[in-house]
Amino acid sequence: MSTIEATGLVKHYGEVKALDGLDLFVPEGTILGLLGPNGAGKTTAVNILTTLIRPTAGAATVAGADVVKSPGKVRKRIGLSGQFAAVDENLTGFENLDMIGRLYRLGRDSARVRARELLERFDLTEAGDRPVKTYSGGMRRRLDLAGAIVAEPPVLFLDEPTTGLDPRSRTEMWGVIRDLVGKGTTLLLTTQYLEEADQLADDIVVIDHGREIAHGTADELKAMIGGERIEVTVTTTDAVAQARDILATFSGGEVQVNERSRKLIAPMSGGSVEFRHVLRDLEAAGIAVYDVGMRRPTLDDVFLTLTGDVAESGLDSQEEKVGV
Amino acid sequence: MNSLMWAAHDSHVIAKRNVIKIRRVPEVLMFVLISPIMFVLLFAYVFGNSIDIPGGSYREFLIGGIFAQTVIFGATFTGAGLADDMQKGIMDRFRALPMSRAAVLVGRTASDVIYNVLSLLIMALTGLLVGWRINEGLVSAALGFALLLAFAYAFSWVMAYVGLLVPSVEVINNASFVVIFPLTFVANTFVPAENLPGVLRTFAEWNPVSAVTQAARELFGNIPPGTPEPTAWPLENAVLYTIIWIFVIIAIFAPLSVNRYRKAR
Ligand SMILES: Nc1ncnc2c1ncn2[C@@H]1O[C@H](COP(=O)(O)OP(=O)(O)OP(=O)(O)O)[C@@H](O)[C@H]1O
Ligand SMILES: [Mg+2]
Repeated sequence: MSTIEATGLVKHYGEVKALDGLDLFVPEGTILGLLGPNGAGKTTAVNILTTLIRPTAGAATVAGADVVKSPGKVRKRIGLSGQFAAVDENLTGFENLDMIGRLYRLGRDSARVRARELLERFDLTEAGDRPVKTYSGGMRRRLDLAGAIVAEPPVLFLDEPTTGLDPRSRTEMWGVIRDLVGKGTTLLLTTQYLEEADQLADDIVVIDHGREIAHGTADELKAMIGGERIEVTVTTTDAVAQARDILATFSGGEVQVNERSRKLIAPMSGGSVEFRHVLRDLEAAGIAVYDVGMRRPTLDDVFLTLTGDVAESGLDSQEEKVGV
Repeated sequence: MNSLMWAAHDSHVIAKRNVIKIRRVPEVLMFVLISPIMFVLLFAYVFGNSIDIPGGSYREFLIGGIFAQTVIFGATFTGAGLADDMQKGIMDRFRALPMSRAAVLVGRTASDVIYNVLSLLIMALTGLLVGWRINEGLVSAALGFALLLAFAYAFSWVMAYVGLLVPSVEVINNASFVVIFPLTFVANTFVPAENLPGVLRTFAEWNPVSAVTQAARELFGNIPPGTPEPTAWPLENAVLYTIIWIFVIIAIFAPLSVNRYRKAR
């Protein structure tokens, strides 16, 4: 039996089908990455599993307790760090954690000791007695995560724990999360970053429009969508068609073209050797290149491959979205 | 510990958190302290000199009404505080914790009593400065303050419910005016209920705000001799009628609010 089991979860908001028959299984001590673009239904799934909302249909158990029939039991066994850091701005970091500890009914002294312990662990010792108002986005995120593990719950839900963090904080956060799960915690993590799911998750479920569109380990998904991508931006519109033909010979025909920005993207499996060959051929054809580079597949590529469609609101909007 | 004791424990934790906020955001406190002064001075000098009531000072008559209106407005803080918690997402944190389902609300209404205690204190001091007097002895006056506080506490459950219903602090501030203005003006707060025409008079006579005002005036001894006795039952039995309302309001709005909190959103 899995620690988290959800079958046929449906959630309707009027006409909107936020979830449309989602199944999730997370065995004890493993990490499931729930991957999807904006509006895919990630938060809705987390909210149902953490008893914040009721499903329209379907059933779910967390650590053996039914989320609808015995939400109280579920709450005793879970920790949640929601999409937007739910920390109290007017309290200090210490007071926030102390309060949560008391509400988990740890007892006065244990709550205090635990709060100090977590501040240290999350590198917040110095800021611990300052109101959270003065914290940076990354610090709030860390505090929020600390809040989720105050009572060392066996099951943890993290909704986009690194959205809005800079690359350094993100890497730090990954370290913290890995550490947590090393201790046997079962974790459901949502993210918009394929790389993040790749780094952390044992198993990945890709969803869109409230439904699963792919499921597998990071390697399986990558095999499905191909490896790295080459991105070429040429200097003149006239050269686009020619460049496309050249790229097609390397990628087996599949090239994504944006005429307006004169940008071409193609999957490429031959590594740096092939990269050099592409450059060589472009040069031989007399095509002036403005920019060229290799990159790892993104969520957009996953969607392009799996649905033949660009993710509705893909990674371009990520910068605008602040996770805190 | 049994579940009732845990509920009290959790409420206490929440109340403590709210009190920390009162200390850390002194702007709110400033407003709480200044607006009663403003109200007392405004009404006492602008209206207090312009309306005559038979046999006594309108200013003294007025103070009870201002007390009542101000503590009722204080309930807005309860609604605003909850709406703010919802907006900031901290409510979701609480709702996912294995804590008592009533604690966030009980803790909130309890900590907000502080606002009303402070504003009553300030109003009383300002009132004394402008000539208001307690004429019925201190015990009776203490009862008067207690009744005002208890009514305000009950009313804060109404605003708690409103705060859980509306999505934002701005909305609650406006919504509260819609509720509180008619309630506090179509009453005997500023003019004797008997002076109002027709339906308004009946509303004013049965309005619990009139009763709490009347009760305060009686307990403070602010009803000048020779004032005609009220003829409506609620005003003849103002203290009793007020107490009944306190229980009725809590009995209705506390469960409604807790239920709403359980399934907020
Ligand atoms: N309370 C609500 N009322 C109406 N529609 C809602 C509500 N909550 C979510 N939705 C809709 O349900 C769908 C799924 O939303 P959800 O928040 O689960 O997406 P998400 O995958 O978490 O997206 P994001 O990456 O932007 O956080 C969206 O279309 C959203 O507009
Ligand atoms: Mg979300």
